[in-house]
Amino acid sequence: MMASSYNAKEEDGHVAVPVGGTIKNKKPDNTAFKQQRLPAWQPILTAGTVLPAFFVIGLIFIPIGIGLYVTSNNIREFEIDYTGTDIDDPCFNCSQSFSWNNTRPCTCALDFSLDHPFESNVFMYYGLSNFYQNHRRYVKSRDDSQLNGDINSLKNPSKECEPYARNEKAPIAPCGAIANSMFNDTLDLYYVHPNGTRIQIPLSKKDIAWWTDKHVKFRNPGNNPNLTAAFQGTSKPINWRRPVYELDTDEENNGFINEDFIVWMRTAALPTFRKLYRIIQKKNNMTPTLPRGNYTLEVSYNYPVRSFEGRKRVILSTISWMGGKNPFLGIAYITVGSVCFFLGVVLLIIHHKYGSRNNSADIPN
Amino acid sequence: ILLTKCEDFCKGRVDSRTIYVGHRPCHDPEAFIPPKFCDNRIVSSKYTVWNFLPKNLFEQFRRIANFYFLIIFLVQVIVDTPTSPVTSGLPLFFVITVTAIKQGYEDWLRHKADNEVNKYLVTVLEDGQRMRKESEKIKVGDVVEVVEDETFPCDLVLLRSSREDETCFVTTASLDGESNHKTHYTVPDMEQDLLSLNATIECEQPQPDLYKYDKLNLSCELKAKSLGPENLLLKGATLKNTEKIYGVAVYSGMETKMALNYQGKSQKRSAVEKSINAFLLVYLCILVSKALVCTTLKYVWQSQPGQDEPWYNQKTQKEKDSNLVRLVFFSCFLSRMFTDFLSFMVLFNFIIPVSMYVTVEMQKFLGSFFISWDKDFFDPEIQEGALVNTSDLNEELGQVEYVFTDKTGTLTQNNMEFIECCIDGFQYKYTDSSTELDGFCVTDGPVNQLQQKKEELFLRALCLCHTVQVKEPCHPAELRGFIASSPDEVALVIGAMKYGFTFLGMESNSMKVMNRNNEVETYQLLHVLNFDPVRRRMSVIVRSKSGDTMLFCKGADSSIFPRVRQHEVERIRMHVERNATEGYRTLCVAYKLLKPEEYALVDTELREARLSLQDREDKLLKVYNQVEDNMSLIGATAVEDRLQEEAAETMEALQGAGMRVWVLTGDKMETAKSTCYACRLFQRGTELLELTVRTLEDGGRNREDRLHELLLDYHKRAVQDAPPVKAGVTRNWSSSHQDYGFIIDGATLSLVLNSSTDSDCYKTLFLKICQNCTSVLCCRMAPLQKAQIVKLVKCSKGSPITLSIGDGANDVSMILEAHVGIGIKGKEGRQAVRNSDYAIPKLKHLKKLLLAHGHLYYVRIAHLVQYFFYKNLCFILPQFLYQFFCGYSQQPLYDAAYLTMYNICFTSMPILAYSLVEQHICMEALLENAALYRDVAKNAMLRWGPFSYWTLLGVYQGLLFFFGVRFLFGNPALQDNGQVFGNWSYGTIVFTVLVFTVTLKLALDTRYWTWVNHFVIWGSLAFYTFFSFFWGGIIWPFLRQQRLYFVFANMLSSVAAWLVIILLIILSLLPEILLQVLRKPRGTHSRQVLHTHTHTHTDRYYPHKHTHTHRHTHTHTHTHRQVLPPQTHRHTDTHTDRYYPHTHTHTHTHRQVPHTDRYYPHTHTQTGTTHRQVLPPHTHTDRYHTHTHTHTHTHTDGHRQVIILANKSLVKRTSL
Repeated sequence: MMASSYNAKEEDGHVAVPVGGTIKNKKPDNTAFKQQRLPAWQPILTAGTVLPAFFVIGLIFIPIGIGLYVTSNNIREFEIDYTGTDIDDPCFNCSQSFSWNNTRPCTCALDFSLDHPFESNVFMYYGLSNFYQNHRRYVKSRDDSQLNGDINSLKNPSKECEPYARNEKAPIAPCGAIANSMFNDTLDLYYVHPNGTRIQIPLSKKDIAWWTDKHVKFRNPGNNPNLTAAFQGTSKPINWRRPVYELDTDEENNGFINEDFIVWMRTAALPTFRKLYRIIQKKNNMTPTLPRGNYTLEVSYNYPVRSFEGRKRVILSTISWMGGKNPFLGIAYITVGSVCFFLGVVLLIIHHKYGSRNNSADIPN
Repeated sequence: ILLTKCEDFCKGRVDSRTIYVGHRPCHDPEAFIPPKFCDNRIVSSKYTVWNFLPKNLFEQFRRIANFYFLIIFLVQVIVDTPTSPVTSGLPLFFVITVTAIKQGYEDWLRHKADNEVNKYLVTVLEDGQRMRKESEKIKVGDVVEVVEDETFPCDLVLLRSSREDETCFVTTASLDGESNHKTHYTVPDMEQDLLSLNATIECEQPQPDLYKYDKLNLSCELKAKSLGPENLLLKGATLKNTEKIYGVAVYSGMETKMALNYQGKSQKRSAVEKSINAFLLVYLCILVSKALVCTTLKYVWQSQPGQDEPWYNQKTQKEKDSNLVRLVFFSCFLSRMFTDFLSFMVLFNFIIPVSMYVTVEMQKFLGSFFISWDKDFFDPEIQEGALVNTSDLNEELGQVEYVFTDKTGTLTQNNMEFIECCIDGFQYKYTDSSTELDGFCVTDGPVNQLQQKKEELFLRALCLCHTVQVKEPCHPAELRGFIASSPDEVALVIGAMKYGFTFLGMESNSMKVMNRNNEVETYQLLHVLNFDPVRRRMSVIVRSKSGDTMLFCKGADSSIFPRVRQHEVERIRMHVERNATEGYRTLCVAYKLLKPEEYALVDTELREARLSLQDREDKLLKVYNQVEDNMSLIGATAVEDRLQEEAAETMEALQGAGMRVWVLTGDKMETAKSTCYACRLFQRGTELLELTVRTLEDGGRNREDRLHELLLDYHKRAVQDAPPVKAGVTRNWSSSHQDYGFIIDGATLSLVLNSSTDSDCYKTLFLKICQNCTSVLCCRMAPLQKAQIVKLVKCSKGSPITLSIGDGANDVSMILEAHVGIGIKGKEGRQAVRNSDYAIPKLKHLKKLLLAHGHLYYVRIAHLVQYFFYKNLCFILPQFLYQFFCGYSQQPLYDAAYLTMYNICFTSMPILAYSLVEQHICMEALLENAALYRDVAKNAMLRWGPFSYWTLLGVYQGLLFFFGVRFLFGNPALQDNGQVFGNWSYGTIVFTVLVFTVTLKLALDTRYWTWVNHFVIWGSLAFYTFFSFFWGGIIWPFLRQQRLYFVFANMLSSVAAWLVIILLIILSLLPEILLQVLRKPRGTHSRQVLHTHTHTHTDRYYPHKHTHTHRHTHTHTHTHRQVLPPQTHRHTDTHTDRYYPHTHTHTHTHRQVPHTDRYYPHTHTQTGTTHRQVLPPHTHTDRYHTHTHTHTHTHTDGHRQVIILANKSLVKRTSL
């Protein structure tokens, strides 16, 4: 500050020294923090400390990796594509003759055989490819308060739902692109007994959605057990054949809390994804859930994917403690474990041959 | 004659101004046109109430970062973007507001200070009346009255003083730092009443040089008088010891010498900020290219059939409309594309978070407290510690390459003391313990009658040959005080008093001296031949009672020796030279008896010369030289200007740290030079390259030619012939490298800088020479010249970081000019402190401020900056990669809460704590080993090398995070109940890995784990976990979308997610760990360096007094009284031991410089035995470092060694 340098009063270095006790306050406190002398642990990463860590990581990761790999390999998984792109495909006709206005569903049946029996519970997934559930416009096109049973949102869907918010003035329930494009193929599985009879395999639709989603996040509007009344004044999504309150006959699985609907509403991370469709419960310990043999998959083909080069699959899979079949984790763990172990060995050699100077750092100060 | 002169005035020549004293025209009232000069107002403030808001906002948004965030905010407001404008608007608003308030407050303070000066009441004589006026209303030509202890409100020509002898005393401490009293004279023969005085003053246009007055003439009625600097009182100086004076204002307001020497305080920016801006640009490029890539790919992808608008994901009506339009107008298509581009920009903008700036500001602000808290900076004398005025420059303290230091009051205490004298070749030193009557102790000479006579003559000379005035004590108990224009003179008079000859004062032209026998001798003072810097001596001619006329002369040896008999010189020269090397200010005393007829001649000549109107100076000089010749040398004195505590040690530490120290002083060359020697900036072996008025005039040719010639010569010697100086190696004693010191004075400097021809060439030559010299001394500098020098170096190649340190107002300009300005809370007022960035009580504190605090600040902030860029790169990179998998739809990977909180909550605290408390090397080690400072020199941690390392690390980790989880999501059924994860789970897993990795990466870098670090690092991770549970645990009523509902909890219930998180964290940290192990750890490195340095380094820099004791031979002791040629003792000791597995070579090179023990009493004892040993055990101790080296070698079959190295409790190691 320039002007202050002309200030006559302070010229002579007469800083107004406060009288008495205040002088002492000017002396900085001698605390560890203020003097930057806090007691501190001063670790130094050296070969000596890191070597054991590398070996330990290696020794832990390799067994885990092997375990994961074996587990993943033990999972039985069977996948069948029923898009019907080829003329030979049973569903070719259905995929060709698709129209939203069809009242009668087109059905097709695919035969396949399992070479190995599926011993434990079998999880049935449908898979879609090249379906961008993670597109920004798509992801945000929903109204969670409506799905949570908020009456106001039921009548006035969020504008995020555009262009699926209203159908000729009537609010759409559930609104938005996600709900509108809900997967609506029906898949039935038949076991073809060696004697030629077809036995329908019971498919459970319970527990296919997250528990919290079904019980907290999704709620039907009002406390009205009569869903038809609850959804009075709303319109069904444009592409739906039935209104939301007719998704299922089971009251616990109808309306917004329909588990198929909830599963669909959890948008997938990648354009190729699978979603849990049904669970085939293991009956008893004696017989496998799905014995080896021939099966027929009956598809009621309602869901068009060919317009965007999509594919549709059905996946039958058993599940382990780490989820579905995925060799990635096992391989990754084995690799990282081996790399660590290898690095440990290399470091050990370096350490012994040249690196004794690194060791000097271990000398306590 | 008069008429023509007045015509001259009326023409108003450009290079001079005419002032009418009291606004009364000199001869013709009709034709009088009052000239226009600026008023006496001082303006230092930047804003007014009206322009504050626009001007301040403009200045703030000139910062590249602020502007960037403003743009981002506007984009978010205008364009449909994936994130809300609040996320960037709120922090920006906060930052801008806080800064504006801070700057507004500072400007308000400046306004207040301005007003205090401008509204100060002064007395002005106007129309025959005394009027009280505000200082700002003084006009040029006003006659101003100033009373004792007031500062002059503007530059005045002294017209009348209340003292009888027509003088006044002034201290210019606030102008040039010289605190002594200077005598100024009134305009001679001003008999007339001031109120009716008719006179004009012709003077040059305002110019900043304090010591230069080309033209100053006063014409009054019929007489024209020539005035000199002794008649001019400068604004800012203070009137002392004089009741009151009257003067006429000649320069006012912003045209005063002081204001012209003042430089506006510009906002200082640290080099780190420049690095940040450079990095910012890189990241901006990354950001823009990312957005460009995404936009391009988006349109490529959309052009495929069925992808842009599949049936399940129709566009809204609005978007469709714009699509229709786009078919029609191509420009709309472009604008649509541009909108997409901006959306991507916003999505990725987190790569440069506003929080980085907030964190950097906070780090600087909070970190600066450690300086003011440091108790080592506390000075019990003034009861104050260090002061931080600017926290913006903390890290700059760790980057200093050039130190510009003031001398008086900074290097020295500005406190003269008479140390010893030499009379007729014998040395006398005052010692208290001496039993001799007069306290005079002869160190090396006999005492006899003749000697006694000489002694008394010498002491009389000291008592008479000066311009000291006696200030009678107010109380009888007080000691007699002396006032003089030079503190040396006071020291000499006091010194003489100690030896029995007391100067009692002047009484009507006669000087009274009390001799040893308590008799009062009276001498009539006939003439004073004033001191001037060219002659470098002063004389008095006195007449004793007995009628003898004597001339006493004292001056620098170089100016006295040629004027005395040569055989006398030899006896004294040795003493003078030794004293000079010891850093004393030496003066030689000579005398001459003048015969009556001789005196008569001298008297008339002197009177004539004094009265001459033209070439007065030259004529006087001629007479002086004539008189002061053929004298006889009596003796020499040695006065010590005490160095500041640990001044030499501090300077050496700074040089050891790779800094170059330049001394810029307004003081005389000799004094400054001796101080440089005392501070060991110049060593005995240093070859001095002088470029001063004296050397320029040696050749007797044109100054300019001579300058050219000298510059070329020096350049050849210091730059071309010298071996290239390796960076980081200075002062290597063992090599044959010659040290150079450069000396330049103010006059020569202005010649170099303002030379008409090839000024640039001179400038570069000068700079090159200086940069190759270990130290540079610039003496006789005006304040602005100091700033010029600083600026010259600052703007030289490589733009080195400069630091200025000073204590007086004359240092203010250089303090403001340098990158870092340090003020010393000295005795000379507080201007320096107020204008400095940091203020410390003593020079010695500079060492810790730079070597410890500065180094740590730099490392901290550099790490902070790099880490911030790194953590945001690996934060945003997965989001960028995700665009490839979501149809380039700008879908964020992370939830909005995570996007906002990442930089604010989850990862900000650990790095802030780290940047406040980290000590990668402990402070003691940094102080002990100055060379560590070089590790971070030249912005080492913020250059492109480290930057690209961090960037690569960020890229590696970002890729790893994204693709690791991508492969895991090859099968999204990750729970043991077969349920699948969606996109928010994906993002959450990536984010969890990210938060843990970047936090643990910081943990790996932390070398100093205090509880604070533990708390914030583990606390942050715990907080993240807790927050995620909390955020996902509730259906938030105000949110439209419950994206993260139970996502985190579900993730934790999946074993696969756990496994992938652990795997990815370890995998991303693996290269870092490996690198840290393979790279020689910093801490270890420093500790090892510490050893070698405490042995070789300190020995090299600290010359020791040796006591060699050889068992069977002889003992010789070098005492400091002997003048010895420099000796070099070198011991080489090579040994290996288990704990020091490398070969360890100590080379002790002790350079023997005889004068050292005054500052550093050392004893260095070496005891040798008869065995064949490489190094005998030896210890040496000194006040600052205690080394005990005991090397015992027992040469039997095996090799046994005991090595105890103790250095102030630093290291203690024993190996057997």
